Amino acid sequence: MTISKSARLALAALLGIGLAFIYVPLTVVIINSFNASRTFSWPPTELTTKWWAKAIENTGVREALKWSIIAGLSATVIALLLGTALAFAVSRYEFFGREVISLLVVLPISLPGVVTGIALNNAFTKQLGMSTGLITVVIGHATFCIVVVYNNALARLRRMGTSLQEASMDLGANGITTFRLVTLPNMASALVAGGLLAFGLSFDEIVVTTFTAGPGIQTLPLWIYNNLFRPNQAPIVNVVAATLVLLSIVPIYLSQRLSSDSSTGGRF
Amino acid sequence: MLQEVANTMHKRPKLRLFALLTAPILWLVVAYLGALATLLINAFFTIDSFTGNVVQTFNFGNFQDMFSDAAYKNVVLRTLGIAGAVTVLCTILAIPMAFYMAKIAKPETQKILVALILTPLWASYLVKIYAWRTMLEPGNGVLDWLLGPIGFKSPGFGGPAIIIGLSYLWLPYMILPLYAGLSRLPSNLLDASGDLGAHNWYTFRRIILPLIFPSLVAGSMFTFSLSLGDYITATIIGGKLQMLGNVVYQNFSINLPFAATIATIPVTIMAIYLWMVRRTGALANL
Repeated sequence: MTISKSARLALAALLGIGLAFIYVPLTVVIINSFNASRTFSWPPTELTTKWWAKAIENTGVREALKWSIIAGLSATVIALLLGTALAFAVSRYEFFGREVISLLVVLPISLPGVVTGIALNNAFTKQLGMSTGLITVVIGHATFCIVVVYNNALARLRRMGTSLQEASMDLGANGITTFRLVTLPNMASALVAGGLLAFGLSFDEIVVTTFTAGPGIQTLPLWIYNNLFRPNQAPIVNVVAATLVLLSIVPIYLSQRLSSDSSTGGRF
Repeated sequence: MLQEVANTMHKRPKLRLFALLTAPILWLVVAYLGALATLLINAFFTIDSFTGNVVQTFNFGNFQDMFSDAAYKNVVLRTLGIAGAVTVLCTILAIPMAFYMAKIAKPETQKILVALILTPLWASYLVKIYAWRTMLEPGNGVLDWLLGPIGFKSPGFGGPAIIIGLSYLWLPYMILPLYAGLSRLPSNLLDASGDLGAHNWYTFRRIILPLIFPSLVAGSMFTFSLSLGDYITATIIGGKLQMLGNVVYQNFSINLPFAATIATIPVTIMAIYLWMVRRTGALANL
């Protein structure tokens, strides 16, 4: 099929419209953070950087950012350990129920967050008598982060095969040495990619967090959500939103440097 | 010590497997599935209207209420309609974009385009819906300002806004599997079809569409299922409109058994979807 010039142009135009659909709202968020007006008005009549200065000093935002980072890092570490162990088991061993593992790990992320959220809240507070807080947030986040680490690690393990490990063992290295010097270095970039995705998922999560965070914990998405409908906080919310849009370039830049195993970076 | 552990582990593969599986299985099966099962069992319990406590007597009362009350039936149908509309809209937007990326763009451009599609996935979910609030604001929103001159008016907050917002959120999840599927599709198949006299549209319908169907199913898994359980988008840009997730959320603190009953709907639909997706082999297309 030779694609005619007019068809090419039409497709290019549709791609352009699609990209505009994606990028116009994000651009609006960034411009809006410099909008001098306290209440929403478009187009901005005057631009200012004073909201940025105010946002940096805002203690609520700082506190929320701190909780987001702590929860994200903890969930990522747990997801890395559990996801990698599971990927090893699935790729290197035969066992009963192996086929359903991929379904099991994808479940927490495919079921609606509100269902996972109330299920965990019910289990923590009613069944186990725990109070919600950082620990419950981390448990909730780690549960749906396992899948991204698992997918990345599994893809890498399958591609690696077992010959390198066998060679190492034949040359007299024990299991621990082989893991440390052969397997782990070969998996490093896949684990970094998986860890990055896990942190990203946790950092952005709001629904499960709503049900697992106690009154003392407010992550950044929770802070945004709680301040979204407060008119006097709007300028600060705008700056936080613009920052998050600008920060989304960082992981893309990093992942261009790491080679990832699938088109979505193994996100699902 | 460590050496001994390594040796024992090496000699006993069953023990190694056990060590690898214990923690993740405890976490996912006992903790996660256990919590899920405990919640869903509540769907068959009732609540004491006087004390507000859950009464653990097995019955189908909640399901009868859910299916007989027109209000809940409407919410279910509306949610399914919205999820379906989002999937259709994403498919229509994504196919030409993915086709251009995979078959027309030069390799260098291709890389940039993929990065452009991936970037918004990392931008915060909440920020994206917030962005649409400023876009759709009736009267002084960005959409009215941008498209007003050509006679377009913002639909305001409500059903159409939810469909636009959710499509915006999940569009990359449709583009990426389609792009991967189209990249794998050999170009000479399209050449052959053209040489045999087929028009572009005919080639698309008879050659391309059947071959990228698994990718389409993979993409729709996100657009459909992620829309099904959403309640934040409806809260922020849906006006007074409610989706299933909103009903679950509202019932959670006052009537957990009924919240669990409503939750069985998206869970059942999702289970059917995952099972179907497994059968088409689309899980391998993600």
